[in-house]
Amino acid sequence: MQRIGLSYKVLRNNITEIETELIAALRQGESSAFEQLVRTYGPKLLATANRILQDRSLAEDCVQEAFVKVHSKFETFEERSSLSSWLHRIVINQSLMKLRSIKGKKENSIDSFMPEFDENICRIEAPWRVPATPSQIMDREETRRLVHKKVNELPDSYRIVLILRDIEEMDTKSVADVLGMSEGAVKVRLHRARAALKKLLEPILREEMQ
Amino acid sequence: MSKFLIARLRNKIKGKMFAHGPRMINCGEFEEFILDYLEDTLPSGKKAIFELHIKLCRECKEYLAAYSASMELGKRKFADDAAQLPTEIPEDLVTAILAACEK
Repeated sequence: MQRIGLSYKVLRNNITEIETELIAALRQGESSAFEQLVRTYGPKLLATANRILQDRSLAEDCVQEAFVKVHSKFETFEERSSLSSWLHRIVINQSLMKLRSIKGKKENSIDSFMPEFDENICRIEAPWRVPATPSQIMDREETRRLVHKKVNELPDSYRIVLILRDIEEMDTKSVADVLGMSEGAVKVRLHRARAALKKLLEPILREEMQ
Repeated sequence: MSKFLIARLRNKIKGKMFAHGPRMINCGEFEEFILDYLEDTLPSGKKAIFELHIKLCRECKEYLAAYSASMELGKRKFADDAAQLPTEIPEDLVTAILAACEK
C-alpha cells in the first residue's frame, strides 16, 4: 500500500517537473517546446474533444483550433491551475462552441425518461431481478453495441454534463464554470442525465435479468 | 381483490409510513438525495435515513441499483470510445497545428 502511495507521489512529482520545464521553455520561446506540448497533451485533448463531439474529424479540427488559441495567448496562462487543466479547459470550451455551432439549440426533452411516482409519492418501478454486471453486459458484442447506441441518444446538454463529471472527472464547480451554470443547476442536470441514462439502458439490464 | 387494487393499497400504507414514520423520507425525497449519497457527501444523519429507506422500499432499492449500473455502463461506453483513438497524436495533425500557429 505504502509502495503504491510512494509510486503515485513520484509519478505526480515527475509530471509536475515535466510541466514546469515545458512552461519555462514555452515562456522562453524555445522552438521545439510548442511541438513538445502538442505531442504530450494532444492525445488526451483529442480524446476529450472526441467524446464531446462524437466525430473524429471535428475533434481534430477542434484540437487544432484549441492549440492555435494556446499558442496565441500562452502569456495569459497564470499557472493558477496545472498546465494540463488549463489546456483541458480550453479544448472543452472549444468543443462546446463547435457543438453549439453545428447542432443549433433545439433539443428533445428528457421528461419522459424521469422517474415516476404515484399520488402517495411512492416510486413506480417494476420488479427487478439481480441484474447482470456491467462487465457481463459490455463483454457481449450485441449488448455493448446497444449500450453505445442508447448512451448516444441522450440530448447533448445532458450527455456533456455526464462526460465532464463522470468521465473527465471534473468537480461540480469546474463544470459550472465551463458551462456558465450554477453548481446547483449542474447537480440537477447531472442527476437528470443519470436518471435518463438509467431509463434508456433499462431494456438492456432487464433483458439480461430474464 | 385485483393485483392493481392490492398494489394501490400497499402504496397508500407505504406512503403514510414514509410521511409520518420517525426518521423516514418518501421516495421523492429519496430521489433528491441520490446524487449526494453516491458521492458520499450526505451528512451522517441523512445518510442513515437514506439507507433506512433503501431497506424499506423495494422500488427505490432496485431503482438505485439500476441507476448505479447505468452509470457504470456509461463510463465503460466512453472508455470504449477512447480506446479506439490512437495513443499518439496523428503526425498530420501535429503538422497542421504547427503550420496554423506559424500563420
